[in-house]
Formats: sequence, C-alpha cells, structure tokens
Amino acid sequence: MRDRNAPLASRTPIRQSPRVTQPLKKPLSFQRMILTLHDYWSEHGCLILQPYDMEMGAGTFHTATTLRALGPKPWNAAFVQPCRRPTDGRYGENPNRLQHYYQYQVILKPSPANLQELYLGSLAAIGIDMLKHDIRFVEDDWESPTLGAWGLGWEVWCDGMEVTQFTYFQQMGGFDMKPVAGELTYGLERLAMYIQDKDSVYDLAFNDAGVTYGEVFLENEQEMSKWNFEVADTDSLFDQFRKHVAECENSLSHKLPIPAYEQAIKASHIFNLLQARGVISVAERQAYMGRVRDLAKGACAAWMDKHGWAA
Amino acid sequence: MTDFLLELRSEEIPARMQAKAREDLARLFSAELAKAGIATSDIVTYATPRRLALIARDLPIETAAVSEEVKGPKTSAPPQALEGFLRKTGLTREQLVDRGGTFFAVTEKPGRATADVLAEAIPAIVRAFPWPKSMRWGDASASTESLRWVRPLQGIVALLGETIVPFEIAGIASGAATLGHRFHHPYQITIGGAHDYVEKLRACHVIVDQDERATLIRDHAREAAMQAGLELIEDEGLVAENDGLTEWPIPLLGRFDPAFLDVPPEVIQLTARVNQKYFVCRSADGTLANAFVCTANIAAHDGGAKIVEGNRKVLAARLSDAKFFYDTDLKVPLAEQAEKLEKIVFHEKLGTVADKVDRVAKLACWLVEEGIVTSAPLSFRGGAGGGASPHSLTSVSAGGPHPNPSPEGEGLADLAERAARLAKADLVTGMVGEFPELQGLMGGYYAAAQGEHPAVAAAIRDHYKPVGQGDDVPTDPVTVAVSLADKLDTLVAFFAINEPPTGSKDPFALRRAALGIIRLVATNDIRAGVRSVIEAALGRLSRDAVKATLHPDEQYWADDWYNASLTPYPYQLLDNGEPFRMQENGGRSYYAQELSAVIKYVVAFQQHTLERAGDVFAFLTERMKVQQRDAGVRHDLIDAVFALGGEDDLVRLLARVHALQAFVTTEDGKNLLAGYKRAANILKKEAPASSPAKAGAQGPGGDETWEGAGLDPRLRGGTEGEGVHNPLSYTPEPAEAALQSALDSAEPRATAAIAAEDFAAAMAALASLRAPIDAFFDSVIVNDPDPAKRSARLALLERIRAAVHNVADFSKIEG
Repeated sequence: MRDRNAPLASRTPIRQSPRVTQPLKKPLSFQRMILTLHDYWSEHGCLILQPYDMEMGAGTFHTATTLRALGPKPWNAAFVQPCRRPTDGRYGENPNRLQHYYQYQVILKPSPANLQELYLGSLAAIGIDMLKHDIRFVEDDWESPTLGAWGLGWEVWCDGMEVTQFTYFQQMGGFDMKPVAGELTYGLERLAMYIQDKDSVYDLAFNDAGVTYGEVFLENEQEMSKWNFEVADTDSLFDQFRKHVAECENSLSHKLPIPAYEQAIKASHIFNLLQARGVISVAERQAYMGRVRDLAKGACAAWMDKHGWAA
Repeated sequence: MTDFLLELRSEEIPARMQAKAREDLARLFSAELAKAGIATSDIVTYATPRRLALIARDLPIETAAVSEEVKGPKTSAPPQALEGFLRKTGLTREQLVDRGGTFFAVTEKPGRATADVLAEAIPAIVRAFPWPKSMRWGDASASTESLRWVRPLQGIVALLGETIVPFEIAGIASGAATLGHRFHHPYQITIGGAHDYVEKLRACHVIVDQDERATLIRDHAREAAMQAGLELIEDEGLVAENDGLTEWPIPLLGRFDPAFLDVPPEVIQLTARVNQKYFVCRSADGTLANAFVCTANIAAHDGGAKIVEGNRKVLAARLSDAKFFYDTDLKVPLAEQAEKLEKIVFHEKLGTVADKVDRVAKLACWLVEEGIVTSAPLSFRGGAGGGASPHSLTSVSAGGPHPNPSPEGEGLADLAERAARLAKADLVTGMVGEFPELQGLMGGYYAAAQGEHPAVAAAIRDHYKPVGQGDDVPTDPVTVAVSLADKLDTLVAFFAINEPPTGSKDPFALRRAALGIIRLVATNDIRAGVRSVIEAALGRLSRDAVKATLHPDEQYWADDWYNASLTPYPYQLLDNGEPFRMQENGGRSYYAQELSAVIKYVVAFQQHTLERAGDVFAFLTERMKVQQRDAGVRHDLIDAVFALGGEDDLVRLLARVHALQAFVTTEDGKNLLAGYKRAANILKKEAPASSPAKAGAQGPGGDETWEGAGLDPRLRGGTEGEGVHNPLSYTPEPAEAALQSALDSAEPRATAAIAAEDFAAAMAALASLRAPIDAFFDSVIVNDPDPAKRSARLALLERIRAAVHNVADFSKIEG
C-alpha cells in the first residue's frame, strides 16, 4: 500500500511549483491540454488508461472507476472518456451543448490527504493563474441512481463556470467504500473554451496547426442528434434493451461480473436513446432506471463476491 | 482566568451549513465543559469555508475540587444492603461515614487542569458533531468506523492562553499552526492565542468573522452598483451564501448583453441567483438593468477584469438557455400544453394533474355562479359594520346588488374557468422544467403574450398566492376564484382519500392551503357558509372515494345512476313500489337488486361527504385559531368566539374576534366583563342545585344543560329578540326594576348591532348594564325564599348572560 503513495508524498507542494506564477504564454490546444493532464497525473503516480470502448454517459461508468473503486486495493488512474448523452444533442446549433463530449477522469484510492492541492496543481499546469482567476469549491453532492452510488464533494468553479466535479465516493453499487476514493471529473471542452477564450465549442483549436473542434465533430453532432431524436428505430432499441438485460443476467449466473457490467452499461445507453426518442413515459422511466440499477448493482456485488470482499 | 482558541480547519464546508455548525459548536462546547464543572459565559464562534473556530474567554486554569456524596442504606439495614452499597461504590466499610444512622459514601474529587478537560472534550465534540451530512476519507476510511466530518478535516489549532492543548483526532495532532488564504497566503502561520487569531488571519487574507464578511459583501456590492449608476437589488440570502463561499470577499460588477432583457426579469434574476449566486441591479427607472454583481474570493492582480469577463460569459450561456426556453414555450399555446397534464400523476389515488385542473375549473366556475366570489369592489360588499343584511350571502347570490358581474362585460364565471383550465399548463413548459419556482409566473407571461384576457393572465400568474405568511393575497376576482378553488380542491381531495396532516407531517402542504383559504376569504370579505362550500368542493371526490369501495357491478349501477339521476333519493323509489318490480328513474329502469346498489352508493356518498366536510371544516377552524394566536390575539378571546359553534361564516367569525380583542381592554370592555361575571357566577352557584325545572329533568350535560333547558320556559319566554318581558307577579325592588329596564333598552340595541355585524356596538350597549348590575347585587337578594322572586331574578340574570353570549362566550375570557 505504501508504494502507491510514494510518488504523491514525495513531491514538493504544488503551489510552490513555478507553474503557478508563470502562466503559459500561448493557450493550450485541446489535444495539448489532454497531453498536459496525462503528463501531470502520470508524474503523480496515476496509470494513464485509454477510454472504455463502449458508449457511456459519464467517465464514472468506466470499470476503472466503478469496479476498481470497490474493495481495499489501492488504485490510481487517469483517462479520457468520451461521454454520450443523447438528450443533450442540439444538432450542432448550441455553442455549449453536445450529445458527445469528453471527460477527463482521475480516480485515486484511498483519497490522498492533499487531493485538493494536487487538483489545483493540474489547473496551474494547464495554464490557469489562480491569482487572476477565481477558483471556488461549491457544495455539490454527487449521486448516480443508475450505479447505486453517491459521494460528497464540490463542483469547482473557475470565474463562475463549473469546470470540474470533485467527489469523495462514499458508496458504489450500494457498497460502502473501504477505503474512500477521490474522483475528479474535468469537463474538457468547457475547460478548453475557458483557456482558449472561445464562445463556441466548435471554434476550439483542436491542435496547434489550425484544426478546430468543429472540423472534427460538427458533422458528428448534426447526424447523431438527428438519429438520436428522430431516426433510431425504437422497436429495435426496446428489443436490444431486453437482450442486454437478459445477457447481463446470463453473465451473472456464470459469476462473470465484468461481462455482466458491460451489458448493464449497454442497457443504460439504450435506455438513454429511448429517452431521447421520447418513447418512455414519466411513469415508466423510474422502472427502467430501477432495472439498470439492479443490473449494475448485481455486477458490483458479483465483483465483490469474486474477490472475497465483505460488504 | 485565560482564553481558549479552537480552530477546526477542513476542506470547503458547504455555505448553508456554516451558521448551524457555529451554533452546534458553541452548544456542545458549553455542555462538555459544564460536565466537568466549568461554566462558559463568553463564547464567540466563527465560520469560513475552510474553518470552524471558537474562542471561549475567561476560563479558569483548573476546575474546583468537589466533594460528592452518595446516600447509602441505614446502619440498621440488613448486611446484604450494605454489601451491595460497598460493591456499587467500590469502598470499604471503614471509608463510609455514619450520619444520623445512615451510611454515606463521600468522594473527594480534586480539581482538574482545564487543559486536561479540553483535551478530552474537543475530541468528543468532533466525533459527535451533528453535521447534516458527513463523510469518510483517506487511508483511515478502510474502516467504516473512521472519523466522519463534513469534508476532510485538515488541521486543529487548540490554544489555552498561549499553550497548545495537546490531543489527537484521527491522526491529526492539535497545534498552533494554520494556513492563510488558499491562494493569497497558502503557507503556514503560527497563532499566538485567542488574542491574535483574528488579526493574524486578516494579515494573511482571511476575514474569519462571518458578520464582517457579510457587511463587506453588502456594502461593496451596493457601492459597485452605485458607481455604475444603478441600484443593487438587495438579497440577504445571497449575502449569506457568498459569505459562506469566501474568506476574502470582493464584489465585482459586470454587464451582460441587453438583448437578454427580452426575457422576463424574474427569469434573469433567478438564473443569476440560483445558478451563479450573483446579485442583479435596477436602473434609475426601476427596471432590471443589464448588470450583475458577483463576489470573488480573491483580490485579483488585474483588479478582477478576467474574473468579470469569465463570469459574464457563464451568465450569457445561462441566459441564452433561458431565452431559448422562453422563445420555444411562447410558440406553444397554453391550451395545448395543458393537454400534456394528462400524463402527470397528481397523486395515485387522485388521478392526474389534468383531473385536478378539471375539478378546479368547475369549482372556480361554481364559486362565481353561486355569488361567493363576485366582481364587486370591496366597499360595496356587506361587511362588518357595513350595515348590510347579516345574510349577505343570499342577497349577493341573487345578483341584485351587483348588476355588472365583470368589468369588461365578459362573464366572470367564464373567465375564472378559462384561467383555471390554463393555470397549471406551464408545469410542462421548458422554463418551469428548468426553474420550478417560476410556476404560475411563466404561465402568466405566456398567457398574456398569447392574447388571453388580462384577468386570465393575472389569475394564472397569481393563483398560487398567498404562499408564505407575508405573501400578497390576491384581490382580483378571477384570481380569487381560481386560487380559492385550487386550494379548496387540494385540501378536500387529501381529506377525501384520508390523508390529512398528522403531527409534524404535512407532505401535501395542507396547512398552507388552509391558511391560504382563510386569508383569501378574510381579505376579500367572502361571505359564505364555508361548510356548504366544502361540501360542494368534495362532490366528485367523495363519489370517487366511495365508488372505489364498491363491487365492480355495483360501480356500474352507481355510475349509471349518477349519470341519469333525477332524484338524489333512490330509496324513495323502493319505499313506494314493489321490491321486485322495475323502477323508473330518468327514463331508465332498475331492478331492485340494482337499485339497492345505487342506494348503498348514495347513502355512503352522502355520509362520506358530510363526514369529510366536517373534518375539513374542523381543520380549517383549527388553522384559523392558530393563525389568530400567531397574530397576537389572546387565546382566551379566540376560544370565547369559537365556543359559539355553528358559525361557519369565517369573515363574521374573524370580525367577532377582532371586535372582542379591541373591546375587551377598553373601559366598556372591563365593565361588560365584570357585569357578566357577577351575573354568571351567581347563576353557576345558585341555579343548578335548586332550579325547580332542573329538579325534575336532570340532563346528562350537568351544569351546562341548565343554561338553556333547565330554566322554567315561562320565565324565559319573550326574552329573545323583541326585548319585551313578562310582567312579574310581585313588585320588583327599585334596583331590580332598574336593571330590567336597562336590559329592555340595551338588549334590542345589542341585537340590532349584531344583526348589522357591529359587534363593538353590541358590546358597548351591553356594557351599559354594569352600573345597574352592581346596584342590583348591592341591594337585591337573588336567593329569595319566595320561589317566584328567585326564579324571576335568576331569569333576569340569564337574560343578561344570553345577550352577552350572542357576541361571544364570555365565560372563556380570563381576568
């Protein structure tokens, strides 16, 4: 358990790092910002993982967060996760809303004593001068009904804009955290818009060679919004939902928590698509969410069970 | 004597929890020290986002020695008792003291150093601290038993005088070091003691006193607005919230694109306040200005230019979202939105919101058609002292005094129904989905923009009012009809399904609905028998509740009956005919079996309505009592009026309460009460035991029955109303005759005044009896050996009491 903490503890306090007082001259491009965060968290002892190869609504759904947060083993990881929220699509017409965007996710278990300082160090690393910008920790308790999870923490504001969700997980899959993990979720597009001083996400510099975010993703937003809201075949979606539920149960009966969890995530995404298509009534909504929660919780329980960890 | 300083430094404490945390810290600290015998009289507490601090002044260096005595068994008691006592106290026989034949165990407790007491007390307080939500963290959280705090606890300063009080909580050792401002001074500072804590922190950009920060925010926000030629819209909630989010608050003014001012000002204000915690400003002409004031937590190197620019952008994004919702909502007619209410469940036993809307619309219409809500200006209504008929309900319902039912000539009932049908439609709009607090208000905006009648738009906007104690009460008749119908429906609906509030539980806010009804009725001088209004509101709800208890076959016939019925009394049909012959009703035929289902239903329905209406009425009057008590009316005066019973005109009930309250402290009031008490006392003393009528017919009610029933009816005859009274069989004494004639003169005046609802005048008339009553008691013996005299004199006093009781039950009044 000690090894993991060594790199964290041995570093000099972040705020005395020269980066704080010497802001970067040229704002970071979208990809440079990601690379900088990778570099920063790698230096601080995190595994740099790649995105999960499935559709999900938030980085928290990555098994590197949910399943790895459970149990006593230390775990420090950072990764980018594409997130899909079909109902947030705006056909590429809203400068702030996307149905597909990126989160930068850091998970540290147990939560280190200097987690806030580490986090502020990462903001300094991507060029935010905290004597010119107003950074605030505003109460925001996090809860995921679909994962049976909750935690206490803040949304971190930079000049009034929420740039990060900062959470100390207290429960996951209905299980108490032993020990507690700290989770940082950066909204990458927002942060980049802030650093680059852009009013529209589509105007973001994706690299330093003149490619914009819009050139990469605008078409994607337009087509996916239309498909999410208008085209996706709902009979097929309902059918898929049922099949993923069945497959999850099948996996659980074979004591395979990871495949079961994947099926739960798939069901969750199909549910989100059905929502976007507007075919789930208010009354049914709770029932569907309860179904997904039961699957996710079942997978978490199977994971705990497999490792012989007591609730 | 010395001072103690405690600072519990943590990661950011939610703003909303800080004030309560300060109170809890002071309370727990006093309690823990009191346990050790240390009194604390001077405690100051502070809270910032990152620290919770306490300074206790003038603590003793050590606690006084105390000697504790425990009483044991008598020396003569059996040896087992002594053994038990020795076991309990852990002493030997020799250590006990024999005092007057009883053993005492005396323990001397030496004084303790206060530092030692604190070293135990503080960890105990921290471990038991009642945060509304708390958490575990870090390595220690591998056990679920690890310390819980609101957010991770980072450091503890504990200094008694200038000396560290040593202790450790969850691996954190107490000391003298803390940190300054997170960004301005992120280094350690060493505190000397309570005397330099506040100033040392101030030097490191932390204003530790929350009140000082609040003043700074308030003053500087105001100033920032003033310098821009604007006026700050004050908001103490925002002051408190920003106070709890900053250690070095700097209010900064920024501007937003004036194009957003197309959006209703309430929306802008709410967006700024709820999402961003910004103040907004007013221009010189009173309209909302395109400016906001945010409160930064740093004195930025560039004077805050970047901060303002960043905040402006965030607000712009929020406002463009709001504008999007507003523009989108405007395009959909409210009537079309209202159709979607069929999909929203109001309550599982009460159907959808659309069902509720339908009931409210019918009730609002009925309230107008019955003349309960009218379009007449207030001054034309029959009110207390207005000289109108006491039964103004009937005269108003005839429509006579109000030939023009609505200002625009459109039917008031139609307007009320229209408004009620649209009132809840905004619940499904995008804007209200985003900001539920804007319900009603947005509907009002959309209705006005979509060309609804101004009175309809106003009714949609205001029909939730009055919400809180200080909220305005609607007076526009359309709004009054909808608001009253909405609240009545909510109230009776939950009583109909047997979900009244219990104890502290009031999940459907029925107390608030009841208070709203009372205030609407009182403010608008709505004259109606509230009981019948409640019964009308119950109508279909009772029917549904009863129907749910029937067998499906019975339900069918019950519905059939209800839809076709001409007479509400199906049992009359049974009485008149052969039990097995077909019966006719409204062109339909029923077999007896079917008819009995109908009868069962109708009887149950009527019983249900009456019963629940009684419950609702009792609830309403109870709320009215509470409301009057809260408004400072003496509880005995309230009881005196409510004891009258039978009164279900809330306006008249209130008029009596207010008249009584004003009257009872005047000279006349004292006279009336004194006169009444003398009369009532002797009635109480003399009458029950020896009343001739009573001897034969003792009622079950004991003393109370005497008041009306016990007295010889011949003697009571003629005393009511006309003020003439039976000639006596004997010559009355002068004081007796004087009282009689005074009563003959006062009684009709009082009766007339009551009829005119001038309760003050009625009481004044009766107060004139004080002197004759006093004279009567001075020279006349009530308990005369001659039964005729005695009866006559008791009857005279009874007349006085009865006359007074027409105003209020004075026996309930104290003093």
